[in-house]
Amino acid sequence: MDLAELLEISEKERRKKKPLEIHCCVAASCVSSNSQSIKDKLTEILRNQNLADKVDVIGVGCLGLCSKGPLLRNSQSGEFYCNVSLDNVEEILKDLKGEKCRIEKISPDDPFYKKQMHIVLENSGKIDPESIESYIANGGYITLYQVLHEMTPQEVIEEITKSGLRGRGGAGYPTGLKWSLVAKSVAEKKFVVCNADEGDPGAFMDRSVLESDPHKIIEGMTIAAYAVGAQQGYIYIRGEYPLAISRLQTAIRQAKKYGLLGSQIFEANFDFKIDLRIGAGAFVCGEETALMQSIEGKRGTPYPRPPYPAEYGLWGYPTLINNVETFANVVPIIRNGSEWFSKIGTENSKGTKVFALAGKIARTGLIEVPMGTTLREIVEEIGGGVPNKGKIKAIQTGGPSGGCIPASKLDTPVDYESLIELGSMMGSGGMIVMDENTNMVEVAKFFMEFSKDESCGKCIPCRAGTYEIHNILSKILNGEATQYDFEKLKLLCKMVKETSLCGLGQSAPNPVLSTIMNFEDEYLSLLKEDI
Amino acid sequence: MEPAVKNKTKSTEQTDNRLKFLNAALKKNLYQPDALIEILHTAQELFGYLSRETLEYITRELKLPPSKVYGVATFYNFFSLKPKGEHTCIVCMGTACYVKGAAELLSEMEKFLNIKAGETTPDGKVSIATARCIGTCGSAPAIIYDNQVAAYQTKETVIKKLKEWL
Repeated sequence: MDLAELLEISEKERRKKKPLEIHCCVAASCVSSNSQSIKDKLTEILRNQNLADKVDVIGVGCLGLCSKGPLLRNSQSGEFYCNVSLDNVEEILKDLKGEKCRIEKISPDDPFYKKQMHIVLENSGKIDPESIESYIANGGYITLYQVLHEMTPQEVIEEITKSGLRGRGGAGYPTGLKWSLVAKSVAEKKFVVCNADEGDPGAFMDRSVLESDPHKIIEGMTIAAYAVGAQQGYIYIRGEYPLAISRLQTAIRQAKKYGLLGSQIFEANFDFKIDLRIGAGAFVCGEETALMQSIEGKRGTPYPRPPYPAEYGLWGYPTLINNVETFANVVPIIRNGSEWFSKIGTENSKGTKVFALAGKIARTGLIEVPMGTTLREIVEEIGGGVPNKGKIKAIQTGGPSGGCIPASKLDTPVDYESLIELGSMMGSGGMIVMDENTNMVEVAKFFMEFSKDESCGKCIPCRAGTYEIHNILSKILNGEATQYDFEKLKLLCKMVKETSLCGLGQSAPNPVLSTIMNFEDEYLSLLKEDI
Repeated sequence: MEPAVKNKTKSTEQTDNRLKFLNAALKKNLYQPDALIEILHTAQELFGYLSRETLEYITRELKLPPSKVYGVATFYNFFSLKPKGEHTCIVCMGTACYVKGAAELLSEMEKFLNIKAGETTPDGKVSIATARCIGTCGSAPAIIYDNQVAAYQTKETVIKKLKEWL
């Protein structure tokens, strides 16, 4: 493959385009509401009406507004057809003919879409995730060509560093710094790993990105590999995401076929290969040392750091581990320049963040907003608030490692630091809205049950501590606990947080601590008098 | 039905194609011990679960201590050492589904089938299990019926589906 060939594929694909396209969402959420058959039926209707040469029906990645799915989009007007079913799909045809139709439509100026800014999701819902040509026609792999032929590895790392990108997996470690550490390590082999083990309940950003735009991750990883000097990459993905796995497999196969993975990519002196590793249902494998153990075919138990994976990772070689969303930011940063990226967001948190909006909220789905957007804008304007005029009680971010932010703090801008101040964390981006009827102690118990079950059992604070915290929470909920138990709970949380081996244990008490911090009354009202 | 991996005679291999697929997977991974998880995935896909015989066979082929294979197989939630029912039903217990009443759906199911999550009905027809989060939070509560994700489940839809199976 050389540049001319790449441009030719892109040109050919563009010529094939028909004047009007109907984009049909085929990401997991819409697929579960039958979008695949809707797509087939619409294609057939258009064929029967002899419109097949004017209108194309294309399966695309996530269109965002999952609560209105199955969702389809008219490429000319940009309007979305909502809640499409096999019974009302003919209505779309009426709309195309300019007749009155009985189907709910949403304009792209709807508050759900208006406040968003798409960098990670730039291709999501626009390209066919199962076609590399579709990605190339949208400017795909050009950035990789430029990197390989016009930039040195140091220049790539410099761009990423200057952009201010921070790891999107939760902790927010500066990506450029991580890359330069791996680049500096001297070894005969190096690895690049993409962490797609999105285990937080309530988070589905990485799944959507992989289902909607798998080539972007491959391109981002390849650029990273060039920058740090790695030859082999792994994508460690959850076994619970069969659709994302199959799209990644397809994407890797296509990239190999075009010589965009393998040896001498773009005829440069650079080889890179990517293999998939499928997780087997262990939450702790999202922790980087446990993830590496699992790639090596072992039980996913973490080990103490340092040494960090940048020096001593997979099989003892320097390894770069980044999250899916982090890799998804690489191509736009290199293409548009670090200066462009660093202008978006807040002083210490640059760029955008993808959130999975779910729970008791009118509009659920996948959104991407600039860092610094307030929680209120997200849940009230984009999400439309609690349905049936209910009131928001709390927002849970960061999954079992995060916390519950009370409604009184809704004006907080979203960035790494301000969420930590509220006792929560950015996490990978799950955002669950809870209404007034939610019992916060029960929520804390729910997460503790999760952490207790998912604790790998290697270190005692996490193994026994989460179990004990769960016991006390049950006791409180049963009305059997006293003030003494409540004090013990607080001490225990502190102990587990400070002495656990890995991130799972260190952050497991967060849901309890943050609910105590913000909703202490609820705990106190459940305690019984000391005897 | 036990997989016929215990007896490695030629005739057994011919009658059981599944073993052939397992061997192909072993070969593709060059019998590397690192590939243990991949091999277990393949074996479970082929046989439905990991029997003692299957695990012993993998142990021999990858030249690993049995404790290690057993350790890995029991560490990960995905691997099942017991046979599953003809139909499986996985209730998502992720936060979004939980907030929208997944726990009630599960208890409704447990009551209807008279088994607990993680068990199979005595006639081997239906197994129910729970998942941490299947990532379709936008359409919560969700349930996976035989690998098909179904959105916005209610008590009525759940019972209807179970009745179809029984």
